[in-house]
Amino acid sequence: MKEFALRAIDTTSRLGARYADVRVVTNRNQSIATKDGKVEGLGDFESIGFGVRVLLGDAWGFASSAEITAAEIDRVTALAVETAKASAKVPGEPVDLGPPVRSIGSYTTPVRIDPFSVSLETKLALLLGADARIRRNSKVKVSEGSVLSVRRDKVFANSEGAYVEQTIFETGGSISATAVEGNEIQVRSYPHSFRQQVTGGWEYILEADFAGNAERIAAEAVALLTAAPCPSLNTTLILGSSQLALQIHESCGHPAELDRVFGTEAAFAGRSFLTTEKLNGFRYGSSLVNLTADSTSVNGLGTFGWDDEGIPASRTPLVRDGLFAGYLMSRETASTLGLQSNGCMRAEGWNRIPLIRMANVSLEPGTWEFDDMIGDTDDGVFMETNRSWSIDDMRYNFQFGTEVGYEIKKGKLGRLLKNCTYAGITPEFWNSCDAVGNARHWKLWGTPNCGKGEPMQTMGTGHGAAPGRFRNIRVGVFR
Amino acid sequence: MKFREIADTVLSAAKDAKSDETEVVCVRQEESLTRFANNHIHQNVTESNYEITVRCVVGTRVGTAVSNNVRTESLRGLVHRAAELAKLQPENPEFKGLPGPVPIATTQAFDRDAATCTPQARANGVGVLCRKAQSMGYTAAGSMTTGVSTFGVANSKGVFAEFESTVADASSVIMNGKASGWSHASGWKLDAVNMESLADEALEKVLLGQKIAECEPGEVTVILDPFATADLIGMLAYDGMSGLAFQEERSWMNGRTGQRIMSPEITIFDDGLDLRGIPLPFDFEGQPKRYVAIVENGVCKTPVYDSHTASRRPGLTSTGHAMPPSAGGTTGPFPLNLFLQPGTSKESTVEEMIRSTKRGLYITRFWYTRHVHPRDVVVTGMTRDGTFLVENGEIVGATKSMRFTQSYVDALAGVAAVGNRLRVLRAGGTTISVPAIKLNRFRFTSATK
Repeated sequence: MKEFALRAIDTTSRLGARYADVRVVTNRNQSIATKDGKVEGLGDFESIGFGVRVLLGDAWGFASSAEITAAEIDRVTALAVETAKASAKVPGEPVDLGPPVRSIGSYTTPVRIDPFSVSLETKLALLLGADARIRRNSKVKVSEGSVLSVRRDKVFANSEGAYVEQTIFETGGSISATAVEGNEIQVRSYPHSFRQQVTGGWEYILEADFAGNAERIAAEAVALLTAAPCPSLNTTLILGSSQLALQIHESCGHPAELDRVFGTEAAFAGRSFLTTEKLNGFRYGSSLVNLTADSTSVNGLGTFGWDDEGIPASRTPLVRDGLFAGYLMSRETASTLGLQSNGCMRAEGWNRIPLIRMANVSLEPGTWEFDDMIGDTDDGVFMETNRSWSIDDMRYNFQFGTEVGYEIKKGKLGRLLKNCTYAGITPEFWNSCDAVGNARHWKLWGTPNCGKGEPMQTMGTGHGAAPGRFRNIRVGVFR
Repeated sequence: MKFREIADTVLSAAKDAKSDETEVVCVRQEESLTRFANNHIHQNVTESNYEITVRCVVGTRVGTAVSNNVRTESLRGLVHRAAELAKLQPENPEFKGLPGPVPIATTQAFDRDAATCTPQARANGVGVLCRKAQSMGYTAAGSMTTGVSTFGVANSKGVFAEFESTVADASSVIMNGKASGWSHASGWKLDAVNMESLADEALEKVLLGQKIAECEPGEVTVILDPFATADLIGMLAYDGMSGLAFQEERSWMNGRTGQRIMSPEITIFDDGLDLRGIPLPFDFEGQPKRYVAIVENGVCKTPVYDSHTASRRPGLTSTGHAMPPSAGGTTGPFPLNLFLQPGTSKESTVEEMIRSTKRGLYITRFWYTRHVHPRDVVVTGMTRDGTFLVENGEIVGATKSMRFTQSYVDALAGVAAVGNRLRVLRAGGTTISVPAIKLNRFRFTSATK
C-alpha cells in the first residue's frame, strides 16, 4: 500500500498541489443480529479503496475510488486536482495549515481477544442464549440482539513526509426487549440504546454479560407498560451515566467543533453558540463541570494513534471548572485561531474527506457516591438510557427522552416512570449541575452513529460520565 | 464491469458453494458533491464505488456478504463467504425462499447532462448562488450533487433487473446576522436544480426575517413549506409504513387501518413509477414497485411489503419495497418514492394560505425531529431557517426557532389546505414529493434563545 500512497502524493506534486494527503483504507465488518429466537442477519461486509485530498493554491479537491491500481490512482489523483481547480472558481480566504505534519509510525488497538478469531457459532450461541432469557417473559413482543466486529486498516501519507499505518479494532453489541400493550410500546436496552461499541476485542462482549441482564430488561420493559407517566413539572433531575454521555455528545461535543463555529456545517449539521470570543471566558457550566477531549482513552470509540491529518492522539480540556477552555480542531481551523490542531479530523472511510469529529469527549468524575446523590435529593426524577434526542442547530435548545425513570422522594428512589423527557438550554442546564458522581461510577460509553457532513458520514465517538444532578429542570414535556 | 458479468460470475460460483438459492444486488455509483460555506467552495468531492451484496440460501438459512471488489476471484470468494455464513445458522422455517421473476414496467430516470456534469459546471452553479448572496452582504452555505448509478438485481430463480439513473440535488441556507432562509430542490434531470432560483427563494426568507416578532409557545395554526411537510411524511414512513413494523405492532397504522384518521384532503402513496418523483421500477429483490395507497382521502389503508413480510400472511404479495440487508439485520420493507397528493382546495399557494390565516406560524423547515411516542407518531423537533408570525393574513415578522412536541397523525387530521404544487425532495435514498400544507393546530413547547 505504501507504494500506491506515495505514487498518489508524487502525482499531486507534479500536478502543482501545494499540499496533498492520501488514505488507503480496508474496512471489514462482521455483523450478527438475532430476533425472537431466530437469526435475523448474518453478514460480512468488506470495503477497500483510497481517497486523495489536495490543496491547490487555497482551494480543496478530493476524489476516491474502490479500484486500487496504478492507472486508477493516476486518474483519481488528476481528478482531485481538477476538482480543486473548479473549487478555485468560487474562492475563499487563504488557507493556512499551520506547522507541517511529519508523523511516522504504526498503531494497533490493543485487544485481548481478536473479535474475528471467535467462531460464529460462539457468537450466535451468546446472542440466542440472551434472546431465550428475554423471551421467558411472555409479555415481551420482540426480543433482539446484535454483535458487531470491525477491523479497519488505514494507511495515511501526506506531501509533508508523514506516513502512518493503523489497525483499529472495534467490538460492539446490545440486546433489547420490546413490550407492547394497546397503544403503548416500551423498550429496554442493555448496555444502552445505541449499540454499545468500543475500540477493543471480544473481551468487551464477555464482560458485558448479556445473558445476566436479559431477564432484567425484559421485566423492566413489561413493567413500563403500566408505569406512571413522567410528571410535567420543574424539578431536580439526576441523569444516569449513559444518558449523561448522550447529553455531553449533543450539548458539549458538537458545539465545541470549530468547523461548526466557522459556519462550514451551516447548511447541514448546523452551527454553534460557542463562538470564538467565548473561548477562555464563557461560563459554560458550574464549577463542577470539567469536560475533556481525549483520543488516548482506553477502549474509547474515539481512540486512535493519529487522526486523518496525521496529528497524534492527545488529551485537551474543553471545559475547565465550568469555563469554556477549548475546541475540537483541524489543522486549518486551529491555525485560524493561532492554535495547533488537537487531532480531531476523521473520515468515515476511504471515500470521504476527514471532518472535525469528537474523539472521546467526557465529563471528568466528581466526588459523589450515587447513593448519596439520591439520598441528598428530597424531590426529583432519575432518568436513564436514551430513547429520543433533539437539539437545535446552534446546540442550545434541547429535549431528550429516556427509556426509564424513577421518582425520587425524600432521598429514596420511588415508583417507576415511563415516557420520561426533559428539556433545557445548554449553558443553563450545565450551570445547574450541583453534583457529579465519582470515578467508581464513571463509565466510557460508545456512540456508533454520529452523523455529520455532506455526503453524510457516520462516526463512532466515546463519552465518559458518572451520574450527575441538575436542579430546576423541566421534565415531562410530552404532549 | 457490467452487471450481467457480475451476476453471471456470482450465480455460477453459487453452484460450487452449494447454495440452494442465490441473489446478487449491485449498486455502481459515480457521485460528486460540491459543498460551499461563507460564500466559497470549501469541500469538493467525487466517489467511484460498487456495492455488491450476495445472499446465499442453504435450506431455510440465509447468509449475506457485501464487498466493493468486483474482481472475479473476489466475487467468487464473496459467494463462498455468504454460503458459509448460511450453513452456520439454525434453520429458519419462516423463510420461504427468494422470489421469482415478475414482469417489471419500463421507466426512465437517466439524464445525460446530470451524468456528465463536471466539477466546473457545479462550480459555475454554486458561484451564481454565492455571488448573489455576497452582493447583498449575506452568507451562503449548501451543496450541489450530481451523479449516475446503476442498480442491478439477479437471482438463481431467474430474476434479472437493471436500471441506470441519475440524480441532481442542491440545497442552500443564506444568512445574515438576524435571519436565515432555506431552499432545496432534487430531481433526476440536471435542470431540476436551478441555483439562481434556489438563491432567490432563500434570500426572500432572509429579507422577510429582518423584522423580529414574538410568539409565545402554545397551539397555533401552521403553514408549512414543502421542506417541512416532507418531514411529516418521512416520519410517518419511518414510524410504521413498513409491513414489518405493522406485523410487530410497532406501527402507527396498527389499530387504525380502515379508519378515517386524517383529513379527507390527505392522500399519501408510494409509487416508484410516478414520473413526478425520481422513478425506481423495482426493489432490492428485483420485484416490481407497485402503487401503494398508505392513506387515501384520510383513511388509513395498508403498509408496504417485501417478499418475506408478505409470505407471513395468506393473500399478501410483495409490493416491491424490499430493502438491502443492513448491518443490524433486516430493516424490513420501506417506501422510497413517497407522495402527498396535491390538493384541490381554493387555497393552493402559500400566499393564499397566509392570507386566510388570522394568527399562525409560517414555517420553512423542521430540524432534528425525533420520536417521543412512535405509535402516535408524537415527534419533537425545532423549526429552522425561517419561522414567521402571521397575523390577519400577513407576515408580521420572524420569530426565534421554536420547539414543538406534536402527534403528526393528529396534526394531519386538522388540515385547512393542501397546496397544488409538488416539490421533489431527496433525503438519503428516499424521495419525498410534497406540496405546502396548512394545519389547524400544531403544539409548540418553547423557543430557543
